[in-house]
Amino acid sequence: MVRFARGAAVSAGLLLIAGFGAGSLDARAQEITIGVTLGATGQTASIGIPMKQGAEVLPQKIGDVTVRYIFLDDGGDPGVAVKNMRQLTEQNQADVILGSSSIPSCTAMAEVALQTKTPQICLSPSRTNAFSFAMAQPAALMVEGMVENMHAKGYKNIGYIGFADSLGEHNLSSMQRLMEPLGMKLVASERYNRTDTSVTAQVLKIVAAKPDAIFVSASGTPAALPQLELVQRNYKGQVYFLHGVINRDFLRVGGKSLEGVIATAGPFAVAAELPDSNPIKAEALKFTKVYNDKFGANSVNTFAAYSWDAFKVLSAAVPVALKTAKPGTPEFRVALRDAMQNNPDIVGANGIYKMTATDHNGLDKRARVMVTVKGNAFHPLP
Amino acid sequence: MTWDIALILAEDGILTGAIYALLALASVLVFATTRIIFVPQGEFVTFGALTLAAFQLGQTPNIIYLVGLLAAIVCVMDGVALVRARRVRRLPHMLAVNALLPALVIAAAIYFGPRKPAALIQILLTVALIVPLGPFVYRIAFQPVANASVRLLFVIAIAVHFVLQGAGLLFFGPEGFRVDPLIDGQLTFGTMTVSSQALLIVGTGIAFAILLYLLFEFTVLGKALRATAVNRLGARIVGISYPMVGKLCLALAALIGVISGILAGGLTTIYYDSGFIIGLKAFVGAILGNMISYPLAIVGALLVGLIESFGAFYSSAYKEAIVFALLIPALVWLSLRAVPDEEQEDL
Repeated sequence: MVRFARGAAVSAGLLLIAGFGAGSLDARAQEITIGVTLGATGQTASIGIPMKQGAEVLPQKIGDVTVRYIFLDDGGDPGVAVKNMRQLTEQNQADVILGSSSIPSCTAMAEVALQTKTPQICLSPSRTNAFSFAMAQPAALMVEGMVENMHAKGYKNIGYIGFADSLGEHNLSSMQRLMEPLGMKLVASERYNRTDTSVTAQVLKIVAAKPDAIFVSASGTPAALPQLELVQRNYKGQVYFLHGVINRDFLRVGGKSLEGVIATAGPFAVAAELPDSNPIKAEALKFTKVYNDKFGANSVNTFAAYSWDAFKVLSAAVPVALKTAKPGTPEFRVALRDAMQNNPDIVGANGIYKMTATDHNGLDKRARVMVTVKGNAFHPLP
Repeated sequence: MTWDIALILAEDGILTGAIYALLALASVLVFATTRIIFVPQGEFVTFGALTLAAFQLGQTPNIIYLVGLLAAIVCVMDGVALVRARRVRRLPHMLAVNALLPALVIAAAIYFGPRKPAALIQILLTVALIVPLGPFVYRIAFQPVANASVRLLFVIAIAVHFVLQGAGLLFFGPEGFRVDPLIDGQLTFGTMTVSSQALLIVGTGIAFAILLYLLFEFTVLGKALRATAVNRLGARIVGISYPMVGKLCLALAALIGVISGILAGGLTTIYYDSGFIIGLKAFVGAILGNMISYPLAIVGALLVGLIESFGAFYSSAYKEAIVFALLIPALVWLSLRAVPDEEQEDL
């Protein structure tokens, strides 16, 4: 008897919830849901946290449509990222997913995007598919800029040291593919890990090979470790970094040893020094203001701007998609995807996005600036 | 490879090895007396380096919140225990140790934090903030289950590691920090230059080894620790307080950790999660020393440092694999010559 009563109560409760659910579905007709899953903890937290904070300052409206954000944390773990994505698409009926912040998580989530036909906007430079998009500059685009710069300076023998992970290997193979036709040669190639306490051995081996230039394929503060060691070993050649080092913490940890190194960067990093004719400048400064107003002066960081650019792409696509379908439906998600890949040129804080059915990133050379460190700050190379 | 390179690699290996050796000493100390395989050992390294870095940047380190929180939990736990045991008269003493002392240290940190005090005061404050975390962690996580099996204590230690590492991210943020080396300058021996900081690190390692030896051989306290290590029940019968031993051990472990952190932070960038891998390699060193012998643990840890350094030169992509693969022959050899002992029953 008791069991029956309890069963009845539970069913009644479920009915009630279902009823409310149906009711709120109607009220939500003019509300789109953006599910956000980022690695704000764990190994990639130094990138995930600014991206999350960037998403926190996004506008609550696109035209007349209210935007509902649901934030989840995946700790940089692809397994959790997939679980979050399933939860966001199945339980929350998210119209679009923002995330994640690391390539392995994005790659894993892209599969779910394809299965559930939900557009996914990855904030890191991951590979895309029919339903996944990526906001960051692809590594190859940046490596190309670096190799061009090396070639222009007449460097022939190149050394390499990078993270022992898939991104490191990917960057190394991009560089080799681009530099071999130009007659440049890889003379040393070494690996290290993010939390290594010493890279003395690797640096000794590279310096012994006497390269004209060295490419350090690492991101964030750990990238400073090889440079500190190279300076200690009196290496006089040119050192190159990719855009993963463009933040203040890298400059703080590397200190004086970083003077004169060259890095690839998104235009956002040096926006204030760009010519006014560059349309990216205005957009970058606008986001900088929005972000700093919330998180304090000088708190903005390149990674945060990718969230802003994702919103720019969405806010152009949502009004188009609304013409054919209602938010919360599978039709709307497909329409949104179609609208995104037919967007006009979108000026973001990191570049100009022209996405097409075959290019779900849409960035070109305009999203790349070569910078150097002078007086412990990044400045565009003349 | 030339001799020059070999010498530099050896110096580098001995340097990291010295840090591992300090932590290996702490691991053996904690395991021998409390049977805890103290996974969070590395967190004290991280906390030490990052707290000192915060002082050097002229900030009040956020770790004060963790110290305050744990102190409050300990006060509640001890307070309830004393009231239940009808020993209310001990309350003021307990509160003086667990509430007043941490409060004073926190107040000092808040006062000195933005004022950039002298290096010595910064270091003393760092030590005073981090060392109490050892006994607090023991009181909260381990004392209630002090008689549990090695395996249960190990699992709790892993849980504590994750909690402390999470706290590290919360309080210090995801970015790495370096601390200014305690002493600058280089010394030249023949063709080789060695940084003074390197000598300081090796010297500290040797000093701690000697201090621990003196403590265990010539003081009543050290003898109590040894007695507990040999036979817990017997030690209790002759009046050695087991909780006191546990707290003391973890305080020592935290002290060694924080000193290692301050030294390591001058050599390399420390992240909120750096401590774990440093602690793990120290642990490999301790295992090479059979988890009970201090001299063997030091030798083992130095060996780990050297193998890591030379391994990184020959094949940097497989450096970690080479270090951890060391464990396999070591464990095979240790288990072949192991004598079964009565403690194994409760493993």
